[in-house]
Amino acid sequence: MRAARTPRTRRAARAGRYTALLAYLLFLAFPLLWLLSTALKSPRELGSPHPAWIPRHPTLANVRQAFAEQPLAHAALNSLLVALATAAVTVLIATPTAYVMARHRTRAARAATGWVVVSQAFPFVLLIIPLFLVLKRLRLIDSPTGLVLVYVVWSLPFALWMLAGHARAVPAELEEAAAVDGAGRLRTLTSVTAPLLAPGIAATALFAFVTAWNEFFFALVLLKSPRRQTLPVVLTHFIGAEGVADLGPLAAAAFLATLPSLAFFALVQRRITSGLLTGAVKN
Amino acid sequence: MTEVAEARTPVAGTRPRAGLRTSDRGAWFLVLPALIPILLLSVGPLLYGVLLAFTDAQSGRTAATRWIGALNFRDLLHDTLFWESFRIGLVWAVGVTVPQFLLALGLALLLNQDLRLRGLARALAIVPWAMPEVVVGIMWRLVYNPDAGVLNETLRDLGLGDGRDWLSGLATALPAVIAVGVWAGLPQTTVALLAGLQNVPRELHEAAAVDGAGAWRRFRTVTWPALRPVALAITALNLIWNLNSFALVYVLTGGGPGGKTRLPMLFAYEEAFRYGQFGYAAAMGCVLVAVVSVLLAAFLAGRLRGGEDA
Repeated sequence: MRAARTPRTRRAARAGRYTALLAYLLFLAFPLLWLLSTALKSPRELGSPHPAWIPRHPTLANVRQAFAEQPLAHAALNSLLVALATAAVTVLIATPTAYVMARHRTRAARAATGWVVVSQAFPFVLLIIPLFLVLKRLRLIDSPTGLVLVYVVWSLPFALWMLAGHARAVPAELEEAAAVDGAGRLRTLTSVTAPLLAPGIAATALFAFVTAWNEFFFALVLLKSPRRQTLPVVLTHFIGAEGVADLGPLAAAAFLATLPSLAFFALVQRRITSGLLTGAVKN
Repeated sequence: MTEVAEARTPVAGTRPRAGLRTSDRGAWFLVLPALIPILLLSVGPLLYGVLLAFTDAQSGRTAATRWIGALNFRDLLHDTLFWESFRIGLVWAVGVTVPQFLLALGLALLLNQDLRLRGLARALAIVPWAMPEVVVGIMWRLVYNPDAGVLNETLRDLGLGDGRDWLSGLATALPAVIAVGVWAGLPQTTVALLAGLQNVPRELHEAAAVDGAGAWRRFRTVTWPALRPVALAITALNLIWNLNSFALVYVLTGGGPGGKTRLPMLFAYEEAFRYGQFGYAAAMGCVLVAVVSVLLAAFLAGRLRGGEDA
């Protein structure tokens, strides 16, 4: 046995690994915990010269104040509607195309695959100016419909890529069997392929939802009137004029804005990582 | 990444398939719903954007837009503010991408092992990914806050001086913003690398261990070759994403202090939507695309060649 494999050094290596893992946990968690801590502090405590990790008198007053100061609830509703519509439309559009990309080597499929790659490299500025002009002509500026359109197109490349990976994993033999049994193309798709694709479709819908819920840049440019604005845009209104006392409501609002995407991720965390794995490397 | 996917595609097209093979027209029909919006709202605007770069388009102007040839580009060439912003953008992109990759690689290797707390770490590693960028920005503003922030308080506790206003200091703003960028992008990179690690042949690892290869040796000869395609793809994507990033820095500093963190995207945004110079901003976008493509080609070519030597 070599020196490197004695139990003692192995134990040391293990301890080293745990130390490293703890360091990572700390690095990842501390801003989150601080956000939570700030959200629960009273204005007086926030003004104290020595901020503490654990609020001395935890309070939910910040949440109430955040909702009173800015139209947060309304913004959240806007965000929810936009995100749900984006997820639904993306999945509806992407599923058939991804299927074709996976099954056929047509020129359309190859073009779509190429576009998926190329579209990643474009700066949004180059896209947003013409989009702004086009949507203006269509009278879709300052409208949730326009924003949903942009989000759908924006999430399509990744959605296609993810779904195509899943579609490749569905054995073609099953479809052949259905075809032999006399099922038409549509029938085969809806009753054989779609159910097997369901996990992939769920992961894709989730991805589109979170993308739209979190998105800021397009919403900032395309939505002008305050009552239409989505949550991230409204949140930035908190920033800037903040005194120390306003940090509490800001933290509370920011924390609340994260909950929906967090809930979704927690719900399908395993699924999305495995979905990504399938899409990425294991077809 | 598609490269990875393509290479593993089963021989789908070559196998005869009754029923599904009948018509390519059917395939076109299925592709149409995705193709039309992509053409109308992605390809089209993009070409339109490139054309705009050669015009004097401005927002809210009544006079007709005119072609002005390469005038925008000539102006850009002498626009020192733009090139300064460009330099900051490169520092930001590389400064975020490199540590992001190294940290993510370390975390992915740890998570790939049988350690306790692994579940917690995996869950926690996903969280920054789920957060809206605006919230990440707000959160770190709270961390960096000179009075109520945890960073200064910790430094004071450790006796490391009185702390400072990180996001407003000329010297500290960019590093502070880069740290946030690393934190925010860590999950995605980790998940991608973790996926890549599933491709590493376990038996080979064990065989190498039995033969007495140390951890570093095993990593270099067994793990890395299998991981390389994924590592390459995610690094290239990270580089692009970071060059195009906007929301994080917009929330953290708004480009300040004194333009020290004004990434090219923020610069172009202000040019287009604060000053209404659509044509000029589009020209900036074109320059960015060109640089991204060149960088990417150089990076990929270099890495691919490096791989053959190793």
